[in-house]
Amino acid sequence: MGRTLAEKVWDQHVVRQGEGDEPDLLYIDLHLVHEVTSPQAFDGLRLHGRTLRRPDLTIATEDHNVPTLDILAPIADEVSATQVATLRRNVEEFGVRLFPMGDANQGIVHMIGPELGLTQPGTTVVCGDSHTSTHGAFGALAFGIGTSEVEHVMATQTLPLKPFRTMAIEIDGELRPGVTSKDVILKVISQIGTGGGAGYVLEYRGEAVRNMSMEARMTMCNMSIEAGGRAGMVAPDETTFAYLKGRPHAPQGAEWDAAVAAWRELRTDDDAVFDAVVHIDADSLTPFVTWGTNPGQGLPLGESVPDPATMDDDAAAATRKALAYMGLEPNTKLRDIAVDVVFLGSCTNARIEDFRAAADVLRGNRVADGVQMLVVPGSMAVKAQAEAEGLDQVFLDAGAEWRNAGCSMCLGMNPDQLAPGQRCASTSNRNFEGRQGRGGRTHLVSPLVAAATAVRGTLSSPEDLTPTVLTTV
Amino acid sequence: MEKFTTHTGIGTPLRVSNVDTDQIIPAVFLKRVTRTGFDDGLFASWRSDPSFVLNQEPYDRGSVLVAGSDFGTGSSREHAVWALMDYGFRVVVSSRFGEIFKGNSSKAGLLAATVDQSDVELLWKKIESRPGLELTVDLHSKTITAEDLVVPFSVDDYTRWRLLEGLDDIGLTLRHEEDITAYEQARPSHKPTTV
Repeated sequence: MGRTLAEKVWDQHVVRQGEGDEPDLLYIDLHLVHEVTSPQAFDGLRLHGRTLRRPDLTIATEDHNVPTLDILAPIADEVSATQVATLRRNVEEFGVRLFPMGDANQGIVHMIGPELGLTQPGTTVVCGDSHTSTHGAFGALAFGIGTSEVEHVMATQTLPLKPFRTMAIEIDGELRPGVTSKDVILKVISQIGTGGGAGYVLEYRGEAVRNMSMEARMTMCNMSIEAGGRAGMVAPDETTFAYLKGRPHAPQGAEWDAAVAAWRELRTDDDAVFDAVVHIDADSLTPFVTWGTNPGQGLPLGESVPDPATMDDDAAAATRKALAYMGLEPNTKLRDIAVDVVFLGSCTNARIEDFRAAADVLRGNRVADGVQMLVVPGSMAVKAQAEAEGLDQVFLDAGAEWRNAGCSMCLGMNPDQLAPGQRCASTSNRNFEGRQGRGGRTHLVSPLVAAATAVRGTLSSPEDLTPTVLTTV
Repeated sequence: MEKFTTHTGIGTPLRVSNVDTDQIIPAVFLKRVTRTGFDDGLFASWRSDPSFVLNQEPYDRGSVLVAGSDFGTGSSREHAVWALMDYGFRVVVSSRFGEIFKGNSSKAGLLAATVDQSDVELLWKKIESRPGLELTVDLHSKTITAEDLVVPFSVDDYTRWRLLEGLDDIGLTLRHEEDITAYEQARPSHKPTTV
């Protein structure tokens, strides 16, 4: 019987097959490290007198604590400053390459792997961060791990793992203009639920996926964890190879040819069987936004806030709790929801294509009175590229703020946070209670919806603007 | 890691589903560089509500948390497990766990016991009918006993063995260091390096 893409990558990395109940021991090709989930792991190595086995397969950056306003000033928050200083000491001691704040290659950990060409098809990629699933867009098996596992990878370059099940997400047909991969993944999560992918590696397939850029695929894979999936993957193709060619850590010359030949084998065999299959009709999709406090609580922008009165007890209770936190009344049109803040950023949607699309909407428009818009590049490389294209000026002219690279308002850990009760249209990945700051209210949206919302002040898509702006991403 | 065989302690009912790790411990509490001291961040935003279960006697002294479905979804932060353990929990019961949370629990010595939702409901009723009731969680027999109620739980056999023996994963893996070296020697040369 044929094998799926995930199974092929798995098989290529088995160091030792588990016996009986034992897990397999899997080799890890790339370990990404940041300041939040690594200090206790480095301590563990020291405590046991262990070395970091492969510094040459490990790379570190600073992202979660980064103040995006003045990235070169010392971090004012003492605890944050200590965490960053600890990372710098640790990488020095263990010989790991670091991209610190101020470096031209600094950025969110899931931005820099692909940008540097380190994320490659058929590799295993881990990081102490659940959005490591992003890297699956290249046909890598990439997943988030906890700090104990970070220490395990540092010490052994392997992880003991039980095989995952596989789920095909078939996205058939063609996306309409103005509908992005962010809308697709929000639809997927609302359809299968935040636990629907638990235990599975999701493989995104179908015509719509084949037509997506690498950046669009990364957005989709990034949020696989929000459906409970351990990882998300897309089979590598010409789009993947074109993205990688010439990047600093991509293979060169004869090595490139050998690599591409190997990468071409990385696709699910025609006779392979998935453990589960989900179908999404791309043609009928419209912009999708969340109304609640988990990423599965989403609806098309044209609909209204759900009414608990129409639900069974359990669903009604969960919905009431979410609506109370969000400060929303049932049956309110989603388009009538007014926001205080718009956040364009995060490892989900802070790449150059996201910024181009948002800039196209904002060009010649103004951010609505009373709305604050933060535009935060995912990496300093994206920042430089956007500035070279003049996009920073488009955002500034519209009245938005143009920041330095970091996780920013995605997670309420650095100075960029919502105040209690503030409502935000955010291109990030999580609308959990307090995620963007205590008491903050989050609506997850695409970059196009974010930009249109900034202009109108209420949840909107570009087609709500006059004159209509339509962009294909 | 400390061995886990059986544990007896007060049951704390948490009648909430989809408790993500941002609720278990918000990001602002993740800045410490130590492995302990996270109990003040546990359920931080809910703890300011007097009606929250951890603000009620005797549930505040609980060590077996009985939660709704999809507990521990979201972020990979192992701090969520450390916060629960620092507070005093040794067992979390749910009908489904976030994958990474479940893995983190098994590494840190917190038992994540998967129980059918109908049995979770029975446990909630039992605990709430007699607040302060002690539950006994037996990893050998994979059962939770609450007075006359006995419900089975599942945990994967390898995790169970490691918890029963209190074994350190890294030590186990390093027994196979020769296999790792052999694998490394056969890796294709086009694989990336960070240097």
